[in-house]
Amino acid sequence: MAQARSHFGRSIAAHAVLLTYTVIALFPVFVIVINSFKSRKAIFSEPLAVPTPATFDLIGYATVLKQGDFFQYFQNSMIVTVASLFFVLLFGAMAAFALSEYRFRGNLMMGLYLALGIMIPIRLGTVAILQMMVASGLVNTLAALILVYTAQGLPLAVFILSEFMKQVSDDLKNAGRIDGLSEYRIFFTLVLPLVRPAMATVAVFTMIPIWNDLWFPLILAPAESVKTITLGSQVFIGQFVTNWNAVLAALSLAILPVLVMYLIFSRQLIRGITAGAVK
Amino acid sequence: MGTDVAQRRPIRWHIGVFLAPAVLVYTALMILPLAATLNLSLFNVTEARETVFVGLANFRRLFGDPLWSEAFWNALANNAWFFLIHMIVQNPIGVLLAALLSSPRLRGAAFYRTAIFIPTILSFVIVGFVWKLILSPIWGIAPGMLDAVGLKALFVPWLGKEQYALTALALVSVWQFVGIPMMLIYAALLSIPDEVLEAAEMDGITGASQFWKIKLPLILPSIGIISILTFVGNFNAFDLIYVAQGALAGPDFATDILGTFLYRTFFGFQLQLGDPHMGATIATAMFGVILLGVCIYLFGVQTRLRRYQF
Repeated sequence: MAQARSHFGRSIAAHAVLLTYTVIALFPVFVIVINSFKSRKAIFSEPLAVPTPATFDLIGYATVLKQGDFFQYFQNSMIVTVASLFFVLLFGAMAAFALSEYRFRGNLMMGLYLALGIMIPIRLGTVAILQMMVASGLVNTLAALILVYTAQGLPLAVFILSEFMKQVSDDLKNAGRIDGLSEYRIFFTLVLPLVRPAMATVAVFTMIPIWNDLWFPLILAPAESVKTITLGSQVFIGQFVTNWNAVLAALSLAILPVLVMYLIFSRQLIRGITAGAVK
Repeated sequence: MGTDVAQRRPIRWHIGVFLAPAVLVYTALMILPLAATLNLSLFNVTEARETVFVGLANFRRLFGDPLWSEAFWNALANNAWFFLIHMIVQNPIGVLLAALLSSPRLRGAAFYRTAIFIPTILSFVIVGFVWKLILSPIWGIAPGMLDAVGLKALFVPWLGKEQYALTALALVSVWQFVGIPMMLIYAALLSIPDEVLEAAEMDGITGASQFWKIKLPLILPSIGIISILTFVGNFNAFDLIYVAQGALAGPDFATDILGTFLYRTFFGFQLQLGDPHMGATIATAMFGVILLGVCIYLFGVQTRLRRYQF
């Protein structure tokens, strides 16, 4: 009986701590979003109140959609993220297959070489990357960003995917070989479908830093027509510091797509982290 | 299989085809630029606009010439403080949350996990501005909330004061990233086999002492990985400071870290022109710092941590 009560007490305490931290984590986001729907006066007089019919106002959103080219920015971010993701997954899976499937001289060295990039951030090469992009005329193109992000995502992708590819049964691949499938067919039709869950995990891990990156868009592609949404909102908010409605609305608009993507993929992401760490 | 033996090691072209795209992109955009940057730090431009080899002179300037060294050591010290705050605040909170989350039969664990991880997926731009607004004395959310609990006197415009700004930003960064240690430790705790815990319970070790005596030693390798990830991330940080305080990392460079220092040097700011050679020198110094940290971890820490295979 005493034990049951102490267990009950402990579980209440656990909920209290977790709930407190959840509030700390969500409160700032919540404040921004509710205030983006209020009139300027209400933002200042009652910052913590939810919008009521009296204080409801969409003026901030109207300003943002009129002034900033947010659809263009959004489209640019989408193109960059999807294209980089495609190349990271395709090239990463191919390299991971070669490293995990075949024994050849230099296999281990190649694996270590590709893993270097997990620890050394690509940003340190920025000076030379910019010079290279200037020389090849790729500055202010989305291609420059796609190339850099592909290189940035590859090391982790190869590392995670080769762990998973080692688990694909040899019997299956050998059965394919006996049936006369080429190595390419074995990779694309037998192995790839089996590592799809791992691919989804890598996709989520790769996607978030690309979507959120400010450094490379700022340096490689700052022109208006190729701005990503992260850089676009940074510049836009910087210009409208005193227009609180517009700033709050722009922030809410920037939060929304990431939040939706996260809620769709969160199970995948969490499963990926927990599976990866068990190793 | 039979053909392999008959032809005695034919060249297996497919291995090359599988490896080539990844290796080419990775080498061209990561390894070569990194090497070129390290190389660039050994050159400089003379008065006659000629590029000449200067050996380690750039580093002597960076570490010794007061014009540069003051800013560099300031940035390095700030960066070290930034990292320290993460280690002493972010990781203990992460461990605590993970330990609570992994307690058996906890209702709503999935909800807490998902919610607490949300700040981590937001971009620095959002996080920087959101906190700038909340801490702003103009809007008054922070002073208003302190007022509600009778502590209004404690309010200071933290981001505007030299002595508080860096700590405040480090704590904002902790707020954003606490989800990562939480998740990794949570995963490590889940992977502890039930038999170990049951054996501990048989011996009467439960609750908090079970955590300190059984679980914590078992998750030390994960804490090591988190520490090195935090180290690399912190010494490479830029975005949050840039968004919240601008490239000048105000007030009076109190929040200047290596990333913002590199950006200012490379691109120039206000009246100072950008300098790719000194920029490359700073990048090389950052490379050195990160490499040192990774080596200390790999050879000093990781080999000493005992790993248990279940």
